[in-house]
Amino acid sequence: MITEASIPRLARGVRLREDAARGRTVVLAPERLFVPDETALAVLALLDGARGAGAVIDMLAAQYDAPRTEIAADVLTMLEELADKGVIVT
Amino acid sequence: MSIDPPLGLLAELTHRCPLRCPYCSNPVELARLAQELDTETWLRVFREAADLGVLQLHLSGGEPTLRRDLPALVRGAAEAGLYTNLITAGVTLDAARVEALAEAGLDHVQLSVQDAEAASADRIGGQAGGHAKKLAAAAAIRAAGLPLTLNAVVHRQNLDRLPALIDLALALGAQRMEVAHVQYYGWALANRDALLPTRAQLDAATAVVDAARAGLKGRLVIDYVVPDYHAERPKACMGGWGRAVMAVSPAGRALPCHAAESLPGFDFPNVRDHGLSAIWEGSEAFNRFRGTAWMTGPCRGCPRAEQDWGGCRCQAFALTGDAAATDPACALSPRHHLLAEAVAEAALAGSGFTYREPGRPPSPRS
Repeated sequence: MITEASIPRLARGVRLREDAARGRTVVLAPERLFVPDETALAVLALLDGARGAGAVIDMLAAQYDAPRTEIAADVLTMLEELADKGVIVT
Repeated sequence: MSIDPPLGLLAELTHRCPLRCPYCSNPVELARLAQELDTETWLRVFREAADLGVLQLHLSGGEPTLRRDLPALVRGAAEAGLYTNLITAGVTLDAARVEALAEAGLDHVQLSVQDAEAASADRIGGQAGGHAKKLAAAAAIRAAGLPLTLNAVVHRQNLDRLPALIDLALALGAQRMEVAHVQYYGWALANRDALLPTRAQLDAATAVVDAARAGLKGRLVIDYVVPDYHAERPKACMGGWGRAVMAVSPAGRALPCHAAESLPGFDFPNVRDHGLSAIWEGSEAFNRFRGTAWMTGPCRGCPRAEQDWGGCRCQAFALTGDAAATDPACALSPRHHLLAEAVAEAALAGSGFTYREPGRPPSPRS
């Protein structure tokens, strides 16, 4: 269960990488590849292993000038899905 | 027609292996040590692959850790920006070897097991004590901090122990598990009667996987697909011929699929003589079954043609004698009945194996 107090980071073996040949950013994981959408990419780019989910939500709410409660719901759902896929750990 | 670059490179570094699994996916004509590409050539191939657009490198075999230059190959691949995945049987790995590979930049290890019980696993792999070595290798892989996928190759003689295999994956600290049904070409085709699971076994296994996926969400990701012999539609083999993956054999032959050397009438280009880009885009071998223009029979005009790409060419050839035929795994194939007949025949057969042996290809099935 991911909460605002969680500190999510990319799991070992997962890498966020530029895919120059196709002009996009991809998530490389064990024998899998995800193409994150713009929102997921914005979240993943903020995971540095120190920053908590709450701080990520603060930054995105400011960046998109959107209500914090909406951003919080979206981000926590997305982090939960990424954790289920093994892309991030806490 | 513009040709999308491959996402993956499957580098079969060697065909040498201490195990003798009767379903080995290597060709029945195994390459010898003297034919293997040298370090410099592999490193050049990795750089060319990255330039072409490859993101993931699968270092496979045979047993890739028998290559003494493996740490150097991993380092070179990581420097080229490739995500490196080691596909190993684990029986030749110790802690020092694993640590050297982790330090060289290895991203992930896929470790195969033959069964959950040592006696059966050692019989299937054809090496006494092999299973215990794999367990030690798994511990070394986790101790080095590397993520681990357990690859459980399943068939009639071990499928009933799938719950124990899932428990083994958890006990070894794997985050991911592949429940890989044997694919029946090459060595496995010669052993098909001893390996094909029954429908009842398959249904039980599917229920086990469904329950485990729900119960282990967030702890273990399980990859599982219904095997061809019990399917109604074929798989997009390798994601389609010349679409997603290039394989390179130990002797340097570039292949659209690691089993493609079993197909007659091909002149597969060698990476010693040609660059990867020219091979991928321009070679006759990679273009022959690319796209849908080559299709005949039920595939041509089928709404699924660009989903399954006609299925597996090697299976089509092995079962019908025509590499351009619709994969008989498809219920629309006029030869689909062959699969049900094989399942019925196997249910009456014994459990003896023809083990993989260099220089001793099995006699072809009629």
